[in-house]
Amino acid sequence: MENENIIEFRDFSFQYFTQAKPTLHNIDLSIRKGEKILIVGPSGSGKSTLGHCLNGLIPFSYNGEITGSLKIRDKETRDLDIFQLSKILGTVLQDPDGQFVGLTVFEDIAFALENDNISLPEMKQRVRKAAEMVDMDSFHSSSPYELSGGQKQRTSLAGVLVDEVDILLFDEPLANLDPATGKRAIEIIDDIHRDTDKTIIIIEHRLEDVLHRDIDRVIVMNDGRILADLDADSLMASSVLKENGIREPLYVTALKYAGVDVSKDLQAGHIDSLVMEDVKKAVFDWNNSVVSPQPQEEKETLLHLKNICFSYDGEKDIIRDVSFKLGYGELMAIVGRNGAGKSTLSRLISGFEKESSGIISYRGEDISGLTIKERAEKIGVVMQNPNQMISKPMIFDEVALGLRLRNVDEEEIKQRVEKVLKVCGLAPFRKWPIAALSFGQKKRVTIASILALNPEVIILDEPTAGQDFKHYTQIMEFVDEINKLGVAIILITHDMHLMLEYAERAVVISGGQKIADARPSDVLTNHSIIEQANLKETSLYQLSLSAGIEDGTAFVQNFIDYEKKVRVH
Amino acid sequence: MNSKLFSYNYIDTPVHRLSGLTKLIAFLFLTFAVMFSYDIRVILLVMVFSLFVLRLSKIKYRQIRLMVIYVAVFIITNAIITFFFSPEEGVKIYGTRHVLFKIAGPYVVTQEQLFYQLTKLFKYSSVIPLGITFLLTTNPSEFASALNGVGVHYKAAYAVSLTLRYFPDIQREYRNISLSQQARGLDMSKKAGFATRVKNALLIIIPLVFSTLDRIELISNAMDLRGFGKHNRRSWFSKKPFTTSDFIALFISVLIFTGTILVSVFINHGRFYNPFI
Repeated sequence: MENENIIEFRDFSFQYFTQAKPTLHNIDLSIRKGEKILIVGPSGSGKSTLGHCLNGLIPFSYNGEITGSLKIRDKETRDLDIFQLSKILGTVLQDPDGQFVGLTVFEDIAFALENDNISLPEMKQRVRKAAEMVDMDSFHSSSPYELSGGQKQRTSLAGVLVDEVDILLFDEPLANLDPATGKRAIEIIDDIHRDTDKTIIIIEHRLEDVLHRDIDRVIVMNDGRILADLDADSLMASSVLKENGIREPLYVTALKYAGVDVSKDLQAGHIDSLVMEDVKKAVFDWNNSVVSPQPQEEKETLLHLKNICFSYDGEKDIIRDVSFKLGYGELMAIVGRNGAGKSTLSRLISGFEKESSGIISYRGEDISGLTIKERAEKIGVVMQNPNQMISKPMIFDEVALGLRLRNVDEEEIKQRVEKVLKVCGLAPFRKWPIAALSFGQKKRVTIASILALNPEVIILDEPTAGQDFKHYTQIMEFVDEINKLGVAIILITHDMHLMLEYAERAVVISGGQKIADARPSDVLTNHSIIEQANLKETSLYQLSLSAGIEDGTAFVQNFIDYEKKVRVH
Repeated sequence: MNSKLFSYNYIDTPVHRLSGLTKLIAFLFLTFAVMFSYDIRVILLVMVFSLFVLRLSKIKYRQIRLMVIYVAVFIITNAIITFFFSPEEGVKIYGTRHVLFKIAGPYVVTQEQLFYQLTKLFKYSSVIPLGITFLLTTNPSEFASALNGVGVHYKAAYAVSLTLRYFPDIQREYRNISLSQQARGLDMSKKAGFATRVKNALLIIIPLVFSTLDRIELISNAMDLRGFGKHNRRSWFSKKPFTTSDFIALFISVLIFTGTILVSVFINHGRFYNPFI
């Protein structure tokens, strides 16, 4: 029984009852026992649906029509129920917050055992063992509020391992993690793969981050079909990623810019395996050929935070002595790990919280006396989840809401909303119900509703969270356009690509303090900042070091400048 | 963030150490005793006891302020309505009529009515501290296991526990949405008229409902995937084994319960204590 197929799709199709067309078409896929598989694809490619078919949420929670065959351990899944499947295949969902059922770490891990009516002594012993596997045993009675995103995810993983399943399915495990934690998550998954003989399936669109460790095969999906089934090296050599809107690793992009023909023999699947000898010269020459643009003159200050401190209880400072400036029309990022105080800063700027000391000034004037509503006319905040903001059924009304609440004349409202809808590319949808929009379009609506108030600064909280490369690009190109109209933007994020590609400057927050205020290329090549802020060194830097380029920071900056040029044309 | 309606916090007190099941049973016994008896002497005794328990569990007034206000409003409204609908209830019960003063029409304040309503008021206020203590000293999971222990189906018990568990989250979400809507110009202050405020509240509730629905879908999927609802019974990780103090607590509550019944049967010969005869 060597290399038996533990999962077998044969001509498998699936259509949700609520959809007009099938979501999965004629899937043929075999996964052998003990393999480690990555499934990539843009949003709506069907990769999550494939995951739901595996873990039984289809048809248990989401109904639809299944044709063809899906066998797990030689059993047709349609003959199994979700409970039997959960003993074979364990799922770790993407949002570690939402799936934390228990009130403490150990209780959460025990959840599956409780449902199996296991006795308390046996339960305690098995829970401890599972917690040890993911290094969470010392957190036994911590509540979810005391844990970081990574720790919550490890708890979820233990909650699945406790059942001794054969297959582990990770549904977008990196979505809510900061770069360093994401890297560590991939390492833990790899260690478990190595130590046990479990089959591992990872569904994720952040390809470069998953390829931090070895993967047996990468499956590329789009439009409900499997388009490629390759090892990582062949994948980089193919054009399938680009064609399907999946971001290739940055160092691969850099190689292509340098004119390197990325072939399978180059072993570009992982940066460590890349055959450097063959590309060194090309990278070196390319780096010298990039002409840096004129450094921009410093912009006049629009918003100025001076020695801001903040604490909820008057004892523990959440923000400690933070100062920075934002220029007119600047695009800046505030970065840092979860809980570092990034969002608190945005709440202070918008007046949701009141600083304990320090001054926030806008156009040179102290704004501490202004109400939330008054500040919103100067500084708009777009929340991460559009569902947290949208309160009207129709797009026009939603965008007009802020103006109507300010008793602006209806005729003027019409003009201003029309103008904003046009800027945001929403004009054709103006009479649509919001429910019919995609996530990215909803995001646009929320940005439009803030823009309608004519602020000079917009703060965007994780604007691209959970978005695939295509939507990410769409949202950010849109933000970029708004910025070009003269609106200053503050991005609050832990996405390194985001700050690298779009921000002119990054303020790095760690433990409530500002630890850096520099160009993204400086930040992502500075070891001590990376460490403190839970960021990750960019693979571009690693590439430059391997290529023997002395000034790695300049190399990264060259890449950004070159990319901006390519993007515009 | 500082006005949470209720949230469980572990402090090491004798009350916190009791098993959830004990606390639930004791709570039910005492509530029943107070609800049964209309003897103000008994009620006052139970009230002193329940305040003592509240004190013992080291709950700070800051934690329960909001709840106390809600309850006070409820009790006062209740008293007014009682008087409005049956101003002669006390007379009917105690069989005498000592008029204190007249208000208007049939509304006459009598000593009997006053005594009756006072008794009722104390009845409520002696149960409330117990309820608060129970909620704040029992963690939601243990609460669920306790409900399950007294015969409630575990699915229902779990639903209750999840509601309690997510309450703080939803409150935080409400606050965030409310602030972001205020930024768009929503006036939630007292300056706006009542009708506007109700309309504006809707602008917060709608996004709250949608984001909560997202959350519910996620959690129910997560629970399904880990086998929730498979069997008719389930075990509970957080169930505390019974200790001596649990038996003592149960004994005390049964004692108070029987005491109340005995007082009613042998001393008052009925549920009411009548000082007017």
